[in-house]
Amino acid sequence: MDLNIIWFILVAVLLTGYAALDGFDLGVGIISLFTKKPEDRRILMNSIGPVWDGNEVWLLTGGGAIFAAFPHVYATVFSGFYLALMLLLLFMILRAVSMEFRSKVESADWQLIWDRAFGISSLVIALLLGVALGNIAQGLPVDLDKNIRINLFQLLTPYPLVIGLLTVVLFTLHGASFALNKTGDELQSNLKTLAQKTYWIILILHGLATILTFVIVPQLITNFNSFPVWYIFPLIGLALILLYPNQIKKNNYKMAFTYSFLTIVMMMATFAIGLFPNMVPAHDPANSLTIYNASSSQMTLTVMLIIALIGMPAVIGYTIWVNKVFRGKVTIDDTSY
Amino acid sequence: MDVEMLARVQFAITVGFHFLYPPLSIGLSLFLIILQYNYIKTGQQLWANLVRFWIKIFALTFAVGVATGIVMEFEFGTNWERYSRFVGDVFGSPLAAEGVFAFFLESTFLGVLLFGWNKVKPRTHFISTIMVSLGAHLSAFWIIVANSWMQTPAGYKIVGEGASMRAEITDFWAMVFNPSTIDRYIHTIIAAWLTGAFLFFAINAYYMLKKRHIDMARPSLKIATIVILIASLLQLASGHSSSVGVAQNQPEKMAAFLGHFETRPAGIHLFGFADAEKQETWAIEIPGFISLLMYGDPSVPVKGLEEFPKENWPPVNLFVYQSYHWMVAIGFFFIAYGFFSLYVWKKYNFEGPKWYLWIGVISFILPQLANQFGWINAEVGRQPWIVYKMLRTSEAFSTVVTGSEIWFSLLMFTGIYTLLLILFIFILVKKIKQGPEPVLNN
Repeated sequence: MDLNIIWFILVAVLLTGYAALDGFDLGVGIISLFTKKPEDRRILMNSIGPVWDGNEVWLLTGGGAIFAAFPHVYATVFSGFYLALMLLLLFMILRAVSMEFRSKVESADWQLIWDRAFGISSLVIALLLGVALGNIAQGLPVDLDKNIRINLFQLLTPYPLVIGLLTVVLFTLHGASFALNKTGDELQSNLKTLAQKTYWIILILHGLATILTFVIVPQLITNFNSFPVWYIFPLIGLALILLYPNQIKKNNYKMAFTYSFLTIVMMMATFAIGLFPNMVPAHDPANSLTIYNASSSQMTLTVMLIIALIGMPAVIGYTIWVNKVFRGKVTIDDTSY
Repeated sequence: MDVEMLARVQFAITVGFHFLYPPLSIGLSLFLIILQYNYIKTGQQLWANLVRFWIKIFALTFAVGVATGIVMEFEFGTNWERYSRFVGDVFGSPLAAEGVFAFFLESTFLGVLLFGWNKVKPRTHFISTIMVSLGAHLSAFWIIVANSWMQTPAGYKIVGEGASMRAEITDFWAMVFNPSTIDRYIHTIIAAWLTGAFLFFAINAYYMLKKRHIDMARPSLKIATIVILIASLLQLASGHSSSVGVAQNQPEKMAAFLGHFETRPAGIHLFGFADAEKQETWAIEIPGFISLLMYGDPSVPVKGLEEFPKENWPPVNLFVYQSYHWMVAIGFFFIAYGFFSLYVWKKYNFEGPKWYLWIGVISFILPQLANQFGWINAEVGRQPWIVYKMLRTSEAFSTVVTGSEIWFSLLMFTGIYTLLLILFIFILVKKIKQGPEPVLNN
């Protein structure tokens, strides 16, 4: 295994970490749109209070790692998706401040505005991330000098939109699994109903996405057909989805969260395997950005690997510790949002 | 405005606005550590209440800093695509290191700092505060490494030709500790401490004036005075060292700082106006003083801009010459105010004089101005290069992004940042008016 492959895996791990971790706190935001009582929204927001910022760092570090390890991917995708990315940034800014601002003023209107900003921005972020992923999976008009000249509306084709919607409902389910562990009483039973309804939408969208992948983007299947053993990832993902409602029925919310967490991990793995060795597939395959033609030098990849090996075990260690400190139901006190 | 200028303006606005917050977080984190140390050592309720009050101010600052910082992680790719391809091999690793070593540390422990007061032991909470502060200081380190490499590149080689030409790393540590990293890191960190110290001072000076929370304001003002005095004096030394470094490594930038066109002994300007057209500077000056500071002899000539081709000159007067001099002037004010505070402490125990306290209240803005001036003269002083003597700014911006797209994002950022600033000030003022929980004596 060469360094380029190792870095492809590491970038995939960082982005998977982001999807599986920030996925639930974005999901909690989306869920808050379906609650009627302000106290419920406050509890939901506080359930992710101590952890959302750390979760988001997985994306920032993923961005930094792509810049360092695959500068052409960083340059091509972010300049090519310019307006979509600017909108993403706008909603990420709104979301970050909405939590901090919400409880700072004792006014129902003020709090409603920030509750809604929090919910809507969570929804839009999930959607945009999914659409971006869908576009990359589908392939892009990369030209000879590695640039993408495309406008915002050309990104909104059926396949990316389906992937975007699937991302939204998956994160919603994941957020519900998380919040079920953090809440009680009426809110918890409402979330249970929500999780069960979301589940059916996921089944439909997941089926649709799978069919569309076979029909519209068969190139994503090539690696699986060459090495059928890889099918294990999408199949485990599917099995976890199918088994999920059982855990909800048994009120085993910890297991439900584990299932939705692993479902996202399996789906990201499936995506990465389908893409490999491309990072940005082009309509003209000769222009595709691969882990070889888009990468940094071997020296940089080596240095970065050392940085990751030193840093990431510590990160994982204290992330687990902090999550343990805040395990259990949410209690609102004077430190809360 | 053309696409290049639009991209520059947008970067300047987004990073300039972002840069209001991290220095404040870094500075305030230092005060949180001091307050919390006092609490653990003495066990007095007073310190606990102060810690909890300042955590709220810190949280607000940190949140806006994080929100606006996300933009910076992606903006090199969006607006500076050719730059990203050219330098990614070198410039990307400090950004990734910042994520791995700094962002995770500060944002994970931030959860405990903000929400853990009732959940963990005081000592664990204290350690979390230190970790957040450490993370913030490390974050500054890696981003200054990246920026310093743009000023004084080292540890790289150029490979390829034409459009595929790029810089590749040859020596990681030479890149990290390039000739300007240490000077610029120390200068920036001390500036951050001063930024925190003056806000800390301002709020407590306000309480003294309003005769509220005096039992807490007085010890706070003592701490702030000590930090201001030490930091402002250190900053003088650091500023001197930085300037000598700039004169050695980027002589045309130094000449522009000084408004120095002709090669001759250089004096220190109290204030003035640098006219790049006529190549002369009108100023009130102490002759030979810069030469004395740099070479220990007032008659040694300092290289003027005339020695360099005009196409390599930065814009001189407003963004470089003026912003440099205003930054230095503010720095001297810090020292003067620090010493005067010491006098007021000993003589009046901070009860008046009123004008002195009012100056303290409004002075929180001065470190912010000095930070902005310092950053502007460092970055504009590097022009026309984006990486000094390696890549021109005109060869670095994204060609696929259109002018109207940048106009859209520029207006979007200007709008949302204006709103954020208004809300930040509104909530900050509200928190200040509420003040810390009073200590109940019974």
